[in-house]
Amino acid sequence: MGLTLTQKILAYKAGYEVKPGDLIEIDVDMVLGNDVTSPVAIKEFLKIGVKEVFDKEKIALVPDHFVPNKDIKSAEQVNIVRKFAREYGIVNFFEVGQMGIEHALLPEKGLVLPGDVVIGADSHTCTYGAITCFSTGIGSTDMACAMATGKAWFKVPEAIKFNLKGKLGKWVSGKDVILYIIGMIGVDGALYKSMEFTGDISSLSIDDRFTIANMAIEAGAKNGIFDYDEITEAYVLGRAKRNYKVFKADDDAEYVKTYDIDLSMIKPQVAFPHLPENTKSIDDVGSVKIDQVVIGSCTNGRLQDMEVTYEILKGKKVHPDVRLIIFPATQDIYLECVRRGYIEEFIKAGAAVSTPTCGPCLGGHMGILAKGERAISTTNRNFVGRMGHTESEVYLASPAVAAASAIKGYIASPEEVA
Amino acid sequence: MEGKAIKYGDNVDTDVIIPARFLNTSDPKELASHCMEDLDKNFKDKVKPGDIMVAGDNFGCGSSREHAPIAIKESGISCVIAKSFARIFYRNAINIGLPILECPEAASSIEDGDIVSVDFETGVIKDITKGIEFKSQPFPEFIKKIIECGGLVNYVKEKVV
Ligand code: SF4
Repeated sequence: MGLTLTQKILAYKAGYEVKPGDLIEIDVDMVLGNDVTSPVAIKEFLKIGVKEVFDKEKIALVPDHFVPNKDIKSAEQVNIVRKFAREYGIVNFFEVGQMGIEHALLPEKGLVLPGDVVIGADSHTCTYGAITCFSTGIGSTDMACAMATGKAWFKVPEAIKFNLKGKLGKWVSGKDVILYIIGMIGVDGALYKSMEFTGDISSLSIDDRFTIANMAIEAGAKNGIFDYDEITEAYVLGRAKRNYKVFKADDDAEYVKTYDIDLSMIKPQVAFPHLPENTKSIDDVGSVKIDQVVIGSCTNGRLQDMEVTYEILKGKKVHPDVRLIIFPATQDIYLECVRRGYIEEFIKAGAAVSTPTCGPCLGGHMGILAKGERAISTTNRNFVGRMGHTESEVYLASPAVAAASAIKGYIASPEEVA
Repeated sequence: MEGKAIKYGDNVDTDVIIPARFLNTSDPKELASHCMEDLDKNFKDKVKPGDIMVAGDNFGCGSSREHAPIAIKESGISCVIAKSFARIFYRNAINIGLPILECPEAASSIEDGDIVSVDFETGVIKDITKGIEFKSQPFPEFIKKIIECGGLVNYVKEKVV
């Protein structure tokens, strides 16, 4: 039987034939943790009693959720991680000033590469599938054991194929594609499975692909993964400091389902509270006034997202009733925004621009919502209370829609302002 | 292993297994004392060591908190049989040493209170009350070992130290 792209990577690492449902134990190429999950994993790691981690270069510790430290408790958590990193000589520990949001940072630094098996104690670890690797979220115990042994166990997943064609329209991006798909298949539509994106993907930039793979978990998927092409190569070359291997699905691979999607038909999408599957096309949104706009996160804090935000905001003003918070996802992206003059325009427009952090995305800090407040956000979850009070609301959308809404004061199409 | 079935429906999420308000502790006993209480107040009084939890689709959906399988295990539940599990729950359960089996046929047929036996070697689930047998995929060796060791940390410890 032919294998899908994900199954091919897992079979290669296992070194023997695999089929969906098989449980395998394989080597991992990168183990990730953040300031919330690493302290728990470190506690478990110490119970194992090994003297060293399996590989000082294959662990990435990225405090990003509550940094720069939000309070004493978060400072203590980060300190546990920092001390562990020093004591065990972890090469990839990212301090404030060098860090970024983990899922934007790792690919940017070339720490995850095509063909890799990556695990992270954070559910959005699935983001790196954009560059044709297998990456998935796991628990703290998994992280602890992988730090000791370099291994993790997996159940070989079945796959759903998304056969793409056509070109995205103006102001339509990867975020609209993934919201559209989740609206179609539901929040458990890909439970356990791989979402494999193939067909004509040439109109999707690498940043679009990161956004799409990032939200595979919002459909319940184990991972999301894209075919490898020139766009992947252009991104990876120059970042990779080691060799990598390119995999392709077999021609006779079996998928549990195939969806044909014409990208040119997708309109900007908005996910209404309180589930990412409650999507509507921008034309059907109606009148929704907003109090806050958040542009950033591991979903949409990359350069392309900043670029489209700039195009919409330049020379305009944020609506007086709206707070606009923009947080570029990494230091490099932030710096490039400064060089290109984006930050100046953001500030002139009336936006607050933040250093990289998860901040408001998980209701952590830097933009919490009060009771009854409503935000439109480029993040990935709009669960009850995700950005603050349990009676606040989060609408998910692309940076283009979010920026347009910031100007209008209600959820607006980019066409209304551009 | 043999026990009485305690049955629930679909989408039993980690918030009802162990509500977030009790996550300020990681003590298994304390967690177990609140296990399932938002779904079934009587759970902690009726559960007996060895009982088997049976549920529908998407068991354990929601957050990645390891406290959920820990609370179930500490309550005395010897195994969870469901139509399907949310994937992070699935691995967290095995990692902390709680055996779980996916078997849609068994999960629909078994009724609350039935006496059920499970053989992890063969993957055979028996509803002794009804006299019906079901087959689930048995665990491969290393997963069996993880569970026998009482979790991934112990398993790894045995291997590396
Ligand atoms: S930006 Fe949000 S979704 Fe992404 S890692 Fe941070 S908290 Fe999680």
